[in-house]
Formats: sequence, C-alpha cells, structure tokens
Amino acid sequence: MLDLTPQDWTAIMLSLRVALVATAFALPPGVAVAWLLARKDFWGKSILNGVIYLPLVLPPVVTGYLLLLAFGRKGPVGAFLAEQFGIVFAFRWTGAALACGVMSFPLMVGAIRLSIEAIDRRLEDAASTLGANGVWVFLTVTLPLALPGIIAGAVLAFARALGEFGATITFVSNIPGETQTISAAIYTLTQVPGGDAQALNLVIVAVVLSLAALIVSEWFNRRAGARTHGN
Amino acid sequence: MLTVDVEKTLGETRIAARFESDGGATALFGPSGAGKTSIVNMIAGLVTPDRGRIVFDGEALFDDMKGLDMPAYRRRIGCVFQEGRLFPHLSVRRNLDYGRWMRGLPRDGGQFAQVVDMLDIGTLMERRPGALSGGERQRVALGRALLMKPRALLLDEPLASLDTARKREILPYFERLRDEAKLPMIYVSHDAGEVRRIARRVVRLEDGRVVATGGHELLDEPASAALAAN
Repeated sequence: MLDLTPQDWTAIMLSLRVALVATAFALPPGVAVAWLLARKDFWGKSILNGVIYLPLVLPPVVTGYLLLLAFGRKGPVGAFLAEQFGIVFAFRWTGAALACGVMSFPLMVGAIRLSIEAIDRRLEDAASTLGANGVWVFLTVTLPLALPGIIAGAVLAFARALGEFGATITFVSNIPGETQTISAAIYTLTQVPGGDAQALNLVIVAVVLSLAALIVSEWFNRRAGARTHGN
Repeated sequence: MLTVDVEKTLGETRIAARFESDGGATALFGPSGAGKTSIVNMIAGLVTPDRGRIVFDGEALFDDMKGLDMPAYRRRIGCVFQEGRLFPHLSVRRNLDYGRWMRGLPRDGGQFAQVVDMLDIGTLMERRPGALSGGERQRVALGRALLMKPRALLLDEPLASLDTARKREILPYFERLRDEAKLPMIYVSHDAGEVRRIARRVVRLEDGRVVATGGHELLDEPASAALAAN
C-alpha cells in the first residue's frame, strides 16, 4: 500500500528512536517539576513555570538557536559535556533528542501537573497519619494515583517529539541517517522537483503515528479521571 | 493523657483551645464551624498551630517555645476522617495493611484477625474502596487506623456522612472499640446522641473556644446566646 524507500525507513526509525529517548529522559524531571508546580509554593515558582512553558510559545527556530548556543561544540554546556563525559549533541541524533525533549517538555509537565492537582490531598494527609513520610506518601499514594496522567503526558510528549521540526533542524541540521527525522525528510523531499509524491507516504505515516499517540493519551487521561474519583 | 493548648488563626476564624483528655473517650462537641476539625488536625500533625503545645503522655508533639513540631508520620495517632479517605487504588486488605507496612512493623496475624472480626470486614478484603458502601468504608477506615498500632485515636465526625440507618449500624462498633481496644480516643461530633453513647467526658467548643468541660450534662445545654444570635 505504502511504498516506502529505505531512506524513508531510516527517517521513520530515527524519528521513533529520537522521540523515545527524548521522552524517556524527560519523564523523571517532568514528574519532579510537575509535582513541584502542583504541590509546592516557593520563591521563583512563576519564573520556573515561565521557563518551562517558553518553548511552547517561542518560535521553534529560536529554541533551536538557543540550544545551539548552549549545547553546541563551543557552547558552555556542550563543551563541558564533551570534555568531561564525551557526550556530544551538535549534529548528532542525541542533539535531535535533546531538542525534541525540550520542545515537548511543557506538554508533558502540563498533563502530569493536572493529574497531580486532581488528587485529593486529604488522601496524602491520611497516608502521613498512618506513618508514611513525604517520600513514601509520594511513592505509594501520589505516584500511583497520577500514573494514568503521567502515561498520558509521556505519550503526548512522544507525539510532539515525533513531529518536532524547527528546533531540531536549527540545532542539529538535516543529515540523512543521523538527524533527518520524518519531518525533516518530508521537508527535504518537498524541496526536490517531483518529490512531493514520495513525501506523501511519509506524511501518511506521520498522521497515523500522531493520531495513534493522541488516542492512547486520551484513553489514559480518561482512566486518570475514573481512578482519582473512584472513592 | 493528652494535653492540648493551641492557638491558630485560619482566615476569619480564630481558634484558642485548651483542654485535657484523661485517656478513655473524650468528645469534642460543638456546632459546625466551632473549630473541631482544625483542632483534630493540629493533634494529628496535619495543621501547625501558631502558638501553644500539644503533649501526649509526657511527650511533646508540638511546642512552639521549644521549636518542636513532630511530623504527622511520627506521631502514631490513628485518624478516622468523615470521608474515610481510603486509598482508591488499593484493595481493602492493602488499605488495612498500609500503616503496618509504612511503620515497618512485623505482621501481626492475631491483631489483624481480631480487628477484621470486630469490624465484620472479612468478606470485603479484595474489594476496592469504590465498591464499598459508606458504612463499610468507615469500618475499613477504622480498621486501618487501628492496625497501625496507634497510641491514640482521633475520630473526626466518623458518622457524619452516613444516613441514620447506617449510623445505627456502625455506632456499636465504636462502642466495642472503646471497650476492647483500651485506646485513648478523641471523638469529634456535633451530634449529642452519638456523643452520649461513645464518650463520658465532653469538651464543648463554640467559635474556636472551649466553653465548658464536663460530662453529659453539657450536651443538653443550648448553644450560647452569642452563637445563637449568629
């Protein structure tokens, strides 16, 4: 049905890998930040909130450019990581994952934060009267009750990461096999005369993947609602 | 012996309460808005008083002069709340086991069987709280509080969310508990009939203050003129 070339497959597999890695690495800090924003009042909360949501409103090119400044070979963070740990982001697929992680972080945090805010805090109080300290309250009450929301947030972030284009292409360019994701491959094909027919195949793949992710995310969201209101 | 002497301003309401509970069952009795729940939350460690001290059997749970505020999880005071607050994601059995597990206590099959038997909740074990009736839920909540092996129990309007028939069904369990568990109990209620059956000693609260301490005679007096005017 779909006539996908080896190059298309390379782009699809790379996109999946980039999105998976981005989501996996963003998830622990995503949960931590969402919990902080949902449950704690502290100095600089609105600043933290603003910084996290910034990639949602900034032009993606700007985010990509800022990543290039910070994580490029000569950027302060990039140079440090390369020297100390041998981790290089510039023009590598890892850089694409970083860009996708940053771009999808606000969506992930937003979904998880909502699910944590929906949890009845009196349940956490009850747990502490039963002998659970803060960490155990989080692990045994907050986390399991927020789990469907966390999964929904992760799936949403994954979908967003799959479609990331602007920040990625600005930060790590468009190198087939290394940083050329589905979006970048579609872009490249549309720049070539007669390439739009081939691009259509990838477009269909992108639509199907995104739609599937949204359906899964929505399903978990509904479960989150059913679960926290089960008592 | 529990000594409470606390002050707390919560928005518009000011609470300044002082009373003692001599073991056995003591009722905090008063109309809604009298500050009963806030006082219970301060004893449990869920709300921090502005000033004062809370001492249980010679051990300070809170003392602002000494800068002491024991966290709720170390107070070992079992709580039963009006709404049960069972963990919706855990079965009844795991709700019951929660306190023992968190406190790192060894399994005590004898006590478990005894509590389950006393509260008649043996058939509910694998159910989720969502599938329980209001009365069953409160019995499980009571069992959960008992099985953490608390040194005292706080019962905050445990029957208020139930209809009259359910109340009649559950009250005997609280009476048995008072007679069998031999734990100091604070029983919070606005219902004179309930208090009469559960507690001998009554601390009467109005408008955030203790207006009288004594026996059942306090249950019959009408609310003070100041309060009636409200």
